[in-house]
Amino acid sequence: MTASESMPHKGGFSFDLCKRNEMLAQKGLKQPGFLKTVCFDLLRNNDLGYFYDGVILGADTRATEGPIVADKNCEKIHYMAPNIYCCGAGTAADTEAVTDMVSSQLKLHRYHTGRESRVVTALSLLKSHLFSYQGHVSAALVLGGVDVTGPHLHTIYPHGSTDTLPFATMGSGSLAAMAIFESKYCEGLSRDEGIKLVAEAICSGIFNDLGSGSNVDICVITKGKQEYLRNYMSPNPRTYISEKGYSFSKKTEVLLTKITPLREMVEVIEGADAMEE
Amino acid sequence: MNMVDSAPAMHNLIGSESDSQRTLYPYVTGTSVVGIKYKDGILLAADMGGSYGSTLRYKTVERLKSVGKHSIIGASGEISDFQEIMRYLDELILYDNMWDDGNSLGPKQVHNYLTQVMYNRRNKFNPLWNSLVLGGVKNGQKYLGTVSMIGVHYEDNHVATGFGNHLARPLLRDEWHENLTFEEGVKLLEKCMRVLLYRDRSAVNKLQIAKITEEGVTISEPYALKTFWNFAAFQNPTAGAEGSW
Repeated sequence: MTASESMPHKGGFSFDLCKRNEMLAQKGLKQPGFLKTVCFDLLRNNDLGYFYDGVILGADTRATEGPIVADKNCEKIHYMAPNIYCCGAGTAADTEAVTDMVSSQLKLHRYHTGRESRVVTALSLLKSHLFSYQGHVSAALVLGGVDVTGPHLHTIYPHGSTDTLPFATMGSGSLAAMAIFESKYCEGLSRDEGIKLVAEAICSGIFNDLGSGSNVDICVITKGKQEYLRNYMSPNPRTYISEKGYSFSKKTEVLLTKITPLREMVEVIEGADAMEE
Repeated sequence: MNMVDSAPAMHNLIGSESDSQRTLYPYVTGTSVVGIKYKDGILLAADMGGSYGSTLRYKTVERLKSVGKHSIIGASGEISDFQEIMRYLDELILYDNMWDDGNSLGPKQVHNYLTQVMYNRRNKFNPLWNSLVLGGVKNGQKYLGTVSMIGVHYEDNHVATGFGNHLARPLLRDEWHENLTFEEGVKLLEKCMRVLLYRDRSAVNKLQIAKITEEGVTISEPYALKTFWNFAAFQNPTAGAEGSW
């Protein structure tokens, strides 16, 4: 009777991997400790990276419901991991749900492996989820981050295909923003030049596309550091604000209070027909 | 135009036969035209591609032509309809010359004529499937306007048709200013045409630039733009991300 396989675990430790670990230790693998992890990855310095070893993500802040602006100042740059952020275009519920879900999966994966998340991990999780829903989850994402292998930038389309690009745009304003990128992008931009270029591209979308508007959000991710610049630019302020502020008229003074009961005006006609019931 | 379709139309008073004479879809099409005003006059740019659906069939289609002494026209959309429009315009200019009154039609008048033609055709459900850009200089006054296939027309300092509306106009809105020199104008147009070449599938890398000033019209020889494909991310895109491209 194969008791060991069919009976469920009663708790305690599982020693299934001991033999294998011993074999590996004999071969020379260093066992990982408990709190610290030993990292064997080679750190590469990516000089021709996107914005000198980093990634810059930008987004506008308008959420629309058909022709109406539902949210003037929404957040389209979603947190995936401390070193990975994702911009979402398409149906807001879909982008929120999908990025939150993958963000939790990445966190659990971080606890499990003890390592910093990689951008390709997020990429694979997102694309397999979107592909399995055959495009019905309408989320078009721009995923960017910096991990041990360097800076990465990917686009993910609702049907699940992905691209690896030096610069990318998504959404209704993507053509206007892409026009700016195609004419002004070059490799070896500094951090400030990069932020300026991304802000310019988002502004091009804001002013030339009706589906984009309000403010510019920027997120700069470099090795070991991320900066989320919420409302980096607000090129659409309210123009007509009265300097004096609003002053409401003072309540009118009460001079006299007199209550006059109203007399009831009901005519009673004797001998007439009874009321209709 | 009535001479052509009178024979089949006579068989059928109601005109269901004449549906076969109406333009239902375009066949050989040209892509965007971009135009700007500059210090001395107008600059138009268009590539030389004529696509037959998704095939790039003709690569030497001249989509920029001069009209009379004072105007140039650029067309996107169905090429045969553009040739028809050129026949109308040539007839218009001919009749104008026959008056021999020392007056010649300026760009604003030609634009107005085209608007009427396009709108009237649209009302008869038989449009000329084109978006036109009309520019010119007369008596020192620069004029740049556009007409679409349904008769929407306006004039502006910079216009574009087709994909140019989405890709070129944002750039022009940012970078156009009064008193561009010829070199600056050409550089700006080339920037727009380069973005269109990268991002419009029906664009070809063979373009002409037409210039009109008080002195006259010059349409350049066809030439190609330089493109850059050596971004690091393009060298080995699937290096870290298997399954993407």
